[in-house]
Amino acid sequence: MEAFKKHDGFAFPLNRTNVDTDQIIPKQFLKRIERTGFGAYLFYNWRFDNEGKKRADFDLNKKQFDGSSILLAGENFGCGSSREHAPWSLLDYGFKVIIAPSFADIFHNNALKNGLLLIQMEEKQMLEWMKQAEDGTFKLSVDLENQTITDEEGTVVGFSIPAYHKEKLLNGWDDIALTLQLKKKIEDYENARLV
Amino acid sequence: MGKAKTIIEKIWEKHVVSREEGKPDLLYIDQHLVHEVTSPQAFEGLRLAGRKVRRPDLTYATMDHNVPTRNRDEVKDQIAKRQMETLRDNTQEFGIKLADIFHPDQGIVHVIGPQLGLTQPGKTIVCGDSHTSTHGAFGALAFGIGTSEVEHVLATQTIWQERPKTLNVHVQGNLSPGVTAKDLILAIIAKFGVRFGTGYVMEYTGDAIHKLSMEGRMTICNMSIEGGARAGLISPDEKTVEFLRGREYVPKGEAFDKKAEEWLALATDEGATYDHTVVINAEEVEPQVSWGTNPSMCVPISGSTPSLDEVEHRDDVKRALEYMGLEENQSITSIEIDHVFIGSCTNSRLSDLQKAASIIEGKTVKDGVKAIVVPGSFGVKLEAEKLGIDQIFKAAGFEWRESGCSMCLGMNDDIVPPGGRCASTSNRNFEGRQGNGARTHLVSPEMAAAAATHGHFVDVRKFSAGVLN
Repeated sequence: MEAFKKHDGFAFPLNRTNVDTDQIIPKQFLKRIERTGFGAYLFYNWRFDNEGKKRADFDLNKKQFDGSSILLAGENFGCGSSREHAPWSLLDYGFKVIIAPSFADIFHNNALKNGLLLIQMEEKQMLEWMKQAEDGTFKLSVDLENQTITDEEGTVVGFSIPAYHKEKLLNGWDDIALTLQLKKKIEDYENARLV
Repeated sequence: MGKAKTIIEKIWEKHVVSREEGKPDLLYIDQHLVHEVTSPQAFEGLRLAGRKVRRPDLTYATMDHNVPTRNRDEVKDQIAKRQMETLRDNTQEFGIKLADIFHPDQGIVHVIGPQLGLTQPGKTIVCGDSHTSTHGAFGALAFGIGTSEVEHVLATQTIWQERPKTLNVHVQGNLSPGVTAKDLILAIIAKFGVRFGTGYVMEYTGDAIHKLSMEGRMTICNMSIEGGARAGLISPDEKTVEFLRGREYVPKGEAFDKKAEEWLALATDEGATYDHTVVINAEEVEPQVSWGTNPSMCVPISGSTPSLDEVEHRDDVKRALEYMGLEENQSITSIEIDHVFIGSCTNSRLSDLQKAASIIEGKTVKDGVKAIVVPGSFGVKLEAEKLGIDQIFKAAGFEWRESGCSMCLGMNDDIVPPGGRCASTSNRNFEGRQGNGARTHLVSPEMAAAAATHGHFVDVRKFSAGVLN
């Protein structure tokens, strides 16, 4: 997993609550056996019409949001299925950070495993940022080490994150390698249960 | 005597392999269920790192999500076919048991786990599918995981988990006649919302819960995730034990009785406390129909869609009504449907099919309505056929299919066309879930069957009472 330290990028506001994983990536794209290339299908039914043409009325398709990499979302982002294709598609599309009032549990875990930084932020601040981000020129600087988000005017907002998550993201650690260092404990546990 | 504990705490403590200050716990996993959609990248990860599956004996695989429900001999979708073949190759390479598309034990992973007795009280069970919460009906701690976690469990038989908070979902009183487990869980989610369970493991308590059959309990626990909780469970009782007796993967004879004692002792102790409790009165619950694009957007059959001036998130409700092609304040019984789907890990077990069949027996599906029944497993299908249930459905004009996830998520060709409207016994009414532009209304099997014969939603209680034909 790639380490996450700092990220500067333009924000895209998606002012909807309960964005579920069926919206993030529809089921017809889950049949692939690869881990890459899912960005093309992100928010597919919102971005494309039945003929596969871009929908003009979905903001992410607007030129001003080309290259945006910080997603501002409503509460309970990522609810629904356990498909890890959701964070894969967000990352592959180019999003590095998602900021929302709350996230669904399974999505939260899946994002963490892939180095996608999720930041929980109170709704009032979110609404302010969403408004500022409407024209596609709102740039934020996210610093995980110092747990700060800074806008271009220099206004700094702090955020909290469990220390364990932070350490993992900063180092880009592979969970399995870490766990296998505890192999002896797993063996002991298994042996104790056999008795 | 020690402190009174909930079943959640009891199971958790028994499975901690490693605990360190400031870190999640490392939990041992007793049963890992695998299917074709969320596993290929996990097996690939193992191969690339030169790792093995630690406990193939605690791992069981089947194909359910994208299997066709007719003409199984020829899978036309080449990408789906490749995904199924990949599972076959992976399970062979890593020595894992597989119930493939033609195997007698094939079925929806959350239907076959209990059917085979792989699901047992006190076990930790994971699967790369959010409806793994279903197995909680047996007093197991069961939750959905992503593909990275699937790979982690394959390699280590453990998982890192934050200690969850505990939530008591207490159901007071009794359900009225004609009101089902599905109506109860939909009413719970309508009342408390789609994220009241986030960060919690739920335990469902109260007489009404323990009066439910094991199938009904599975329906309840299945939809825990729709309330935001990764896991929801019910303390085991005699019904749990009797359901499991004699099943393939449970111990036999005296060993079973000994096991059953251990299982019953897992039940939450009297006086145990939870981090949070919510209460619902079962007597208030009517048959439910969802009108919107998440499972909390749900009202009783006697109700109407909301009034835009009275809702909190006006924009979300407006968007949902637009997507669903409904007006505000529209009565639920006025909604006409053109598809009926009876199936999914929520409602595709034998008793679900029996109940739906009892409603449609001797009647016919309304002209213009396409109705399908997809049994949850090959085993359920055979049992139903032995009882002649397939004949009742077919005579009424339903299609009788092979088992799988089918139209719940439309990964195979069982999809609702754009603008189509489906009375569905599944668990999610998200936009596009059953097909791009498809409109889903979540209901019980009885309500789905009644809607099939009328072409619109009707109160199944009037139906059974003979007020309606």
